[in-house]
Amino acid sequence: MSKAIIESGNVAAAMAVQLARAEVIAAYPITPQTPVTEKLSELITAGRMDAEYVAVESEHSAMAVCIGAASAGVRAFTATSSNGLLYMSEQLHWAAGARLPIVMCVVNRGIGAPWSVWNDHQDAISQRDAGWIQVFAKDHQEIIDMTLKAFRLAELVHIPVMVNYDGYYLSHTYMPFEPPDAARVDAFLPAYQYKHALSPERPESLNTVTLPDARLDVNGIKRGGYMDIRHNLHEEMGMAIEVWEEIDREFQGHFGRGGAPVLDPYRCDDADTVIVAMGTMANQFRVVVDRLRQDDGIRAGVLALQMYRPFPGSRIAEALQSARHVLVYEKGLSYGNQGALYADIKSALYPYPSRPQLHNFIVGLGGREIPTESLYQTTRAACTEDRMRPPAQSDAPQWIGLQL
Amino acid sequence: MKMAAKTTVLNLTEEEFVHPGNRACSGCGLSILYRIGVKALGRDCIFVVPPSCLTVMQGLYPIAATQMPVLNGTFASTAAIATGVKAAMRRLGRATQVVAWAGDGGTSDIGIQALSGALERGEDIIYICYDNEAYMNTGVQRSGTTPQGSLTTTTPFSGKSEVGKNLPAIIAAHNPAYLATCSASYPLDFHDKLLKAKQIKGLKYLHVQTPCPPGWGIEEHMTVALGRAAVETGLFDLYEIEDGCLQLTGPSQQLLGKACLRPVREYLEMQVRFKACSDEQAAALQAQVDQRWAGYRDKFK
Repeated sequence: MSKAIIESGNVAAAMAVQLARAEVIAAYPITPQTPVTEKLSELITAGRMDAEYVAVESEHSAMAVCIGAASAGVRAFTATSSNGLLYMSEQLHWAAGARLPIVMCVVNRGIGAPWSVWNDHQDAISQRDAGWIQVFAKDHQEIIDMTLKAFRLAELVHIPVMVNYDGYYLSHTYMPFEPPDAARVDAFLPAYQYKHALSPERPESLNTVTLPDARLDVNGIKRGGYMDIRHNLHEEMGMAIEVWEEIDREFQGHFGRGGAPVLDPYRCDDADTVIVAMGTMANQFRVVVDRLRQDDGIRAGVLALQMYRPFPGSRIAEALQSARHVLVYEKGLSYGNQGALYADIKSALYPYPSRPQLHNFIVGLGGREIPTESLYQTTRAACTEDRMRPPAQSDAPQWIGLQL
Repeated sequence: MKMAAKTTVLNLTEEEFVHPGNRACSGCGLSILYRIGVKALGRDCIFVVPPSCLTVMQGLYPIAATQMPVLNGTFASTAAIATGVKAAMRRLGRATQVVAWAGDGGTSDIGIQALSGALERGEDIIYICYDNEAYMNTGVQRSGTTPQGSLTTTTPFSGKSEVGKNLPAIIAAHNPAYLATCSASYPLDFHDKLLKAKQIKGLKYLHVQTPCPPGWGIEEHMTVALGRAAVETGLFDLYEIEDGCLQLTGPSQQLLGKACLRPVREYLEMQVRFKACSDEQAAALQAQVDQRWAGYRDKFK
């Protein structure tokens, strides 16, 4: 008998936080994240969740509370969207530099100006270099599973994790999903232990001013300088990909779900046309891929990117070695350049022998509708286009669905 | 009002919580406060510190001048970080005091939003603002509490034209559990107010005027004399607010018995930073002090 329930994506996120036994929740409301925090405060007030809820006066303070709690060895959580994420940007860098295992859900939304409350990925993309691990969920089941796995990952590698899911597409829609069994979650996710936790018995001064060069401590042991500390963050973030895969295997053992923690390919085995996308759009493309195969005889597949930072460059490049066309569809970009994901994929492919024809599409900014028909038409046109376009032109992003 | 302890140099604990030698300037008012303040707080506490002179004074990684656990955090979020640490202490079932210790810039300017939030929520923390009346750690730029007429590197030649914020009054408007003003020149008064703050639940705010030799333009040996002059001229008043009720304390309370206080001009003339202060500004300041003290005499006679 299925234990599935039907609830919203935001409630799925809140349930994960409840199951994870997070002990300090600090949040500031922002659309479309608000129902996550409402649900958590309801669970805590009703006595169904044993945690502190801190109703802070800003997102900057929300992350500050999480930084304080995590530094003292207590599991902390917050959630935000859009400008809220940008307002805590300084704290994001701080939490990563301080190596705190904070988990945050980001309910992706366009950023102002002009104001938009609707979905795109620019909020998360703009924070890609903050030193946070960034994962993207495609459906409600992934939101709850990924958030639980995120706590495990953050606490194993001591790097904060941002669980992204699409505003409205997932946050406010209702879908069936299966909440993991609480006792099994306890077995999967042990209590948080932090060896550098603030403690009067073992006083440490955390995040002190650190000089450019390594320096001896009072016992004569060499301690790295700022650059060495930052280098370690980068190296250990790269190692987090394998840890994430290992966690996914453990999770599968407990709950029977998983198997595609980094890349989630659909009909990619024999594909010569591969679409790359993150979040719900990757699921939307499954229909497009089926139709391209059936109606047009195009061997298409879609590669969903589940983890954006650390960037699994070699895994992606290897997955694309037999493709002739690679189409990167994204809901955010590096202004004045290209889609950020497109640029990352292009750079990942450079050292590899096979460099497929690349296409970049910008879609759905600020909630602009993404009709499946236009995904189908643009994909089909790209696969059959004249290969002789000048390089600068073929490398420029194409904007889909403009209403200029 | 709770009875305050009366610590003297004879019964002040000899235990030290700061290692000998730190990076403070000579004559630093903060180093007096820190050394004596921690004696009152004891070992069962955790400090939260934003960028400030204290960040540097505590030592550079991996060597610490303090023996206390310290969480250094971002400039604007001291009270919010302290909130998180305190929440964690409650979860761990620990009574550990969480002490936020910030400068006037970190409190009156960039940190005021987070502090206002923590005050409104009634967080159970001690918040100490050491007010040296400018951004001293970055080299003496004007802050919200810099007094009118004071020269800083961003108010050169003619001094600050605006009147400084009355930060304790802003805090008092939030109805904190305890509010006290202190001076680095009366460290035992600070010590005993901290002892009292430790007994009170809720947000305890201590505002400490802290003379700064390089920032104020005074010689290193004048630190204590300056802070005393500020109190004795009636410019900086030592008081406590509990349950909304203000009481002058210690040296300021003793001034009530005096017919007239030292003239403000004496205090101003001791410092290079007031060299550009005009006669009109000085007279206005004296008038302000006279009016405030007439009010005190009326209220407390």
